[in-house]
Amino acid sequence: MKINFSNKKITGMLSILPSNEVMFEDEMHNYSFSEAKSLKLKAAMGFKSKRVVAEESTTSFDLTVAGLDYLFENDLLDKSSIDAILFVSQSPEFIMPPTSNLLHGKYGLEERVFCMDINQGCAGFVVGLQQAFMLLNNEGINKVVLCNADVLSPKVSKFDRNSNPLIGDAAAITIIENTSDNTTIVGEIRMDGSGAMALNIPAGGARMPVTEETSELYEDTFGNKRSKNHLVMQGDNVFNFVQTKVPEQIKNIVDNSDDSVESIDYFLFHQPNRFMLQKLADKIGVSREKLPFNVVENFGNSSGVTIPVVTTYNLGEQLETSELKVCFSGFGVGLTWGTIIMKLGNLNFCRLIYK
Amino acid sequence: MKNQIIEILNGIRPEFDFGTETNFISQGMLDSFDLITLVTELDEAFGISIDGTDILPENFESVDAIEALLKKNGAQ
Repeated sequence: MKINFSNKKITGMLSILPSNEVMFEDEMHNYSFSEAKSLKLKAAMGFKSKRVVAEESTTSFDLTVAGLDYLFENDLLDKSSIDAILFVSQSPEFIMPPTSNLLHGKYGLEERVFCMDINQGCAGFVVGLQQAFMLLNNEGINKVVLCNADVLSPKVSKFDRNSNPLIGDAAAITIIENTSDNTTIVGEIRMDGSGAMALNIPAGGARMPVTEETSELYEDTFGNKRSKNHLVMQGDNVFNFVQTKVPEQIKNIVDNSDDSVESIDYFLFHQPNRFMLQKLADKIGVSREKLPFNVVENFGNSSGVTIPVVTTYNLGEQLETSELKVCFSGFGVGLTWGTIIMKLGNLNFCRLIYK
Repeated sequence: MKNQIIEILNGIRPEFDFGTETNFISQGMLDSFDLITLVTELDEAFGISIDGTDILPENFESVDAIEALLKKNGAQ
């Protein structure tokens, strides 16, 4: 699906990270690796520390509420100005009702405020942004609050070296508004459902409810131990999909627009791991300085929240006072890959807080 | 180039003899995490960046395959 919008802009971004920090070395002994091998992998993948909720009772909703409370208390967002709330997550509060409606109820928002939940993973920020732009084309919708939130650490086995070292928890709130400024936003989202199970959690839905049996740990051929309630990632397939599809998509968007790769100041990508991002930068032909890859080592991979995290962490102060041309790209679960090129800056807020 | 490749492989999995064996991936001598370490060390040693789309198991099955991969990616 092509993305082509004008007269819309992002006016604020806030990331919310758990204050609880876990170091790679603290969990290294859980994996079926020698210490030397673990440390080599740590260097290549960029594993250092991650931020995860201290208690499993803390949810995506709780992190989002911490962010909204911060914005309301600091007069950065006026409740009465909100026209729509999007909540993008793979860890909703309940199967029913939508988490966005729970946020609506908690803050006593007006009945005219539209709410929608979107089940998306690593591309969740780009998909959410595209949906926000579409909503803004409707009469009476001038401000959309996009909430990306995921608490997936309880869904990852501590004995799974494929996933546990990199998964982090986070939430982000992005404000998107109509503007009279002549902005140009281009991009594309593509999907390949034939690869849907490359990243999945087998049990917990209608097809396979959680039972005592699904909760039992099993060992895979690489020595990882996980249950069917845990996240499974076919890392090799995902890596090859990303290296093939993402550079191709960016080239197509750039070739069909007035932009060039050189005219883009920053490539703000989903943050799977350092190795994959460095290879992407080389493949696209941009310097590694223009494609920050420091989120996994400092916070962990929080799925659809990593693009706001990489933005607020690396460019927070700069984006409150100046404007840059950026390329957002999210890729993974689905399989879904989406890219948006737009100007970003002079934001009312662009910061990161801890809960 | 071959000797340097063998030296790097031996550093990653010292329990195997990469100088005489082949079918590194099929035999389980290297797993996907070893490949990440191997690519990182080969990039550094030969001053190149192996293309992400070339990081496929068949390109790491033998010293000859790795040498061909390096040459394809610009190693001298």
